[in-house]
Amino acid sequence: MLYIKCPYCGLRAQKEFSYGGDATVKRPNINEEVSSEDWDNFVYMRKSPRGKHIELWQHIAGCRQWIKVQRDTATHEIFQTAKVTEEIR
Amino acid sequence: MSQPFRLNKEGLINRNKKISFTFNGKKLFGYEGDTIASALIANGIHLVGRSFKYHRPRGFFGAGVEEPNAKLQVEFNGHSEPNVNATEMELVEGLSATSQNCWPSVNFDIGAINNFLKMFFPAGFYYKTFMWPKSFWYKIYEPFIRKAAGLGVASIEKDKERYEHKFEYCDLLVTGSGPSGLASAYAAAKNGAKVILAEDKPRFGGTLLTDDVSIDNLSGKDWAEKIISELKSMPNVTVKNRSQVFGYYDHNMLVMFERVSDHLEKKSKFTPRQRLWYIRAKETILSTGSIERPIVFGNNDTPGIFLSAAAKEYMKVYGVLVGKKPLIFTNNDSAYETALEFKKNNVEPIILDTREEHSSELIDEAKSKGIDIRFSHGVIVANGYKKVKSAKIGKLNKDKNSFEKIETVDCDCICVSGFWTPSVHLASQSGNKLKYEEKIDAFIPDKKKQHETSVGAANGSFTLEESLKNGFENGSNLSAKITDTKAEIAIPNVNEKKYGAHDKFWCMPLPKNENPKRFVDFQNDVSVSDIEIALREGYRSIEHVKRYTTLGMATDQGRTSNLNGLQLVSNIENKIVPEVGHTTFRPPFTPITIGTIVGREVGMEYMPTRKTPMHEWHEKNNAVFVDAGAWKRPRYYKQGNETLFEASKREAKNVRENVGICDVTTLGKIDIKGPDAAEFLNRVYTNAWMKLPVGKARYGLMLREDGIVMDDGTTTRISENHYHMTTTTAQAANVLSHLEYYLQIVWPELNVNVVSTTEQWAGAAIAGPKSRDMLSKLYPDLDVSNDALPFMGYKEADFFGVPSRIFRISFSGELAYEINVKSDHGMFMWEKMMEVGKEFGNQPYGTEALSTLRIEMGHVAGPELDGRTIPSDVSLNGLVSKKKDFIGKNSLGREAFNVESRQKIVGLIPIDRKSSIPEGSHIVQDQNAKLPNPKLGHVSSSCWSVENNNPFSLAIMKDGKNMIGKKFFAVSPLKNKSIEVEVISSHYVDPEGKRVRS
Repeated sequence: MLYIKCPYCGLRAQKEFSYGGDATVKRPNINEEVSSEDWDNFVYMRKSPRGKHIELWQHIAGCRQWIKVQRDTATHEIFQTAKVTEEIR
Repeated sequence: MSQPFRLNKEGLINRNKKISFTFNGKKLFGYEGDTIASALIANGIHLVGRSFKYHRPRGFFGAGVEEPNAKLQVEFNGHSEPNVNATEMELVEGLSATSQNCWPSVNFDIGAINNFLKMFFPAGFYYKTFMWPKSFWYKIYEPFIRKAAGLGVASIEKDKERYEHKFEYCDLLVTGSGPSGLASAYAAAKNGAKVILAEDKPRFGGTLLTDDVSIDNLSGKDWAEKIISELKSMPNVTVKNRSQVFGYYDHNMLVMFERVSDHLEKKSKFTPRQRLWYIRAKETILSTGSIERPIVFGNNDTPGIFLSAAAKEYMKVYGVLVGKKPLIFTNNDSAYETALEFKKNNVEPIILDTREEHSSELIDEAKSKGIDIRFSHGVIVANGYKKVKSAKIGKLNKDKNSFEKIETVDCDCICVSGFWTPSVHLASQSGNKLKYEEKIDAFIPDKKKQHETSVGAANGSFTLEESLKNGFENGSNLSAKITDTKAEIAIPNVNEKKYGAHDKFWCMPLPKNENPKRFVDFQNDVSVSDIEIALREGYRSIEHVKRYTTLGMATDQGRTSNLNGLQLVSNIENKIVPEVGHTTFRPPFTPITIGTIVGREVGMEYMPTRKTPMHEWHEKNNAVFVDAGAWKRPRYYKQGNETLFEASKREAKNVRENVGICDVTTLGKIDIKGPDAAEFLNRVYTNAWMKLPVGKARYGLMLREDGIVMDDGTTTRISENHYHMTTTTAQAANVLSHLEYYLQIVWPELNVNVVSTTEQWAGAAIAGPKSRDMLSKLYPDLDVSNDALPFMGYKEADFFGVPSRIFRISFSGELAYEINVKSDHGMFMWEKMMEVGKEFGNQPYGTEALSTLRIEMGHVAGPELDGRTIPSDVSLNGLVSKKKDFIGKNSLGREAFNVESRQKIVGLIPIDRKSSIPEGSHIVQDQNAKLPNPKLGHVSSSCWSVENNNPFSLAIMKDGKNMIGKKFFAVSPLKNKSIEVEVISSHYVDPEGKRVRS
């Protein structure tokens, strides 16, 4: 079970969180024209890297905030966590 | 009742307390502190089971967790448990143990015929034999194999015991209380760290209990006791015996299995049987010690053959002799300690040492005590079927591949030692790649992957001095980093015997023309010849050899067999062991009960039960409940001998004719507030929301970004910047997360807050042509006319003194209202409604009637919004705005979503107007067509239409409305039914929706 540092609540067990996918995907702006290709990329296309991955988790059994987690998909090592408004490099 | 093999004084058992038990029906006794194994050996019993494949007689081999053979069916405290390790299970009064894998008895076992047919049961036997003919597999081969395989019998009774889970956090977890573990825990505790020390056995101290050593002039046992009592007195230390750390998981989480009360005769009602600890440790000390490995020789599985350290443990801990005429067979010095212990107890051992004559501190001591030592000797084959009677021993030539002299000596036990294997299981589980240490011919931990540090024998240090030093240093350094304190600790003076070098010799050769089985893995009956066959047949990877021969599998995980197997493979393949590699270690280290894994989450506690405030009323009024997620909802209210079908028909009909009330508390409710709330809803829902006036409700549809319908419900504008959203019961949690996602991540610029209020409000729907009449009685001071409170209208009003919200919305398609009051007033509201509703013929209705009402109206719900449908599939395209953007809009233009033949919602009625159409039926053109019969769609919801008095179904079907008027078959292979149906509109009742507006 992973140990995830919620930027609001501190270190908490994985069972308090729910996974939310790739955090680097940006939704096309509302009310703006978007090509089918861009839209399909946004909805369907995801990278599945072996190694560092920046992803979203929601602290559903805690503060209910969505957060960013940088995790190694092979070793589960967590390098950094951040609020969604913050950058992870 | 004498115990012929019990020593007079030795041992740590409590001789003042006798414990009686039975073994295979025979009444025996032992002492408090015995294991089943030590008590049986004390009684001279060695034959305890039959082996897995050949049904060979088997006895004890070890004295703890390493035991491969002695697995018993044990009954105690009123339950029966299979595969209990006799060397670990403590004796309790009234315990009854029986042998497994034998019939009719362990003494005379029919299955032993396999032993004489062993030439037909080589490695891979099952794979080769049961391949053909294919049709034999299910009926003949599989049942036969299932019957023949397996050891004990799982109980089919409900487990009445209590199991618990516990979550714990610490600075340092120490796994094992041998010398290095004690030293680590002590040093860390002195630094003020929060320490947990876990010991698998009932007694602390590990090898300190059995080794002839002294520390600061105390015996090993006394020193261990001193340290333990000091640790117990410290508030920052938790000391746990009977606790096995069996798994090392991500982010330094370890899981421990505590046997809380299996050893207790009496326990209080709420004492759990076993407890699972989830421990998050900042640092972990792995002081798991090492396990002795055997040397392989002929018939080495005969009862009476022990690991030499186990024989010593039986003497020193339990005061039990494993035999009175022992042969000690060794390639190293440690077995000499066992020989000396026998000698001390007036038993004359013979030592067979595979090494050439040489001297060391221990050898010299044995010599001086007059022990018969034969160098360059080993056991070729053990004689005796159910117990060792003698052994053929041989003097090895210089190359150790043949014999210079062979003779037979009498013996009643053989104690074998092939050196020591560090227990690296936890280190390996943590991700540590192991490395092969030539000096000890075994794997030890390499570079750390998590916060784990192996110390002492687990790290390949086999001297006490080194183990203690190792423990004190690591315990102190690791904890100092956490606590910022470093206490001075004097490393104690140690007195121990020095060992000489061991012999790199693992498997006895066989003389010409002799071919006894030489077992490598006892638990799975894997012999040297099986490994040879696997290699001859081309298996190279050690993982493949393992799976083909089953070497190292089963519950003991090859603790005594893995390294000998690797040595064999490396010899035959002419590779060095590190090239062969090792198989993967996986948790659990020892078998644990399913009950412990499940913990308290059984029965009612499996998941939380959500009850509405009116639940008690439903119970009192014969409601039959159905699970809706965690909620309990009344499915129907049973009157007399009514069936579900009859009751739901009555309830639905009453709504159509009079009025009914339904508990709708379970609907998801989300409070939405903020100046941008309207804009937010406009983006979330497919329809327009900017112009909804205060005091009005609107039906809304929300999509996922891929265009699939996510949920539907009504949202009401309570005030300028305040909305009340309802969701379906099932999607309530998902919708809330969905809204939070967009507000926090995608559109943080919108000033909106959302919060779940599902449990804050109790809800009741009033539906039926007489609902307005009833409402006017409930709110005598309120104008409830169609003009004052029209369809989709909203009012706040006083309900007999409590504040309430009135929504004119309808799920049943009838004139209907939903009343919400604060949860605490839910019961009051419901009872008042029942009282006032009497004169209008009001009856409560459950979810079954609710479904009937919505299906015949053609209202879609979960079965239609099944994660595959877009709005136009379910006739909701009228709700999709063309003018504005919203979540998922861009996906609706996809080509596949717009083909004419796409499956869409229709209604179905049976041609005979009588046969109910099973939900899930497939719609086909020709019921007799050859398989695969082209599927045109499926039946999503079915009901008995109370309006038309015949069955009616909703279906998702190819070409949708274009099929209206055509006939098909609805086929359900599951129910073995095929019904001819006609396609009609999905709106079977009141297609214009006049009633809701009336």
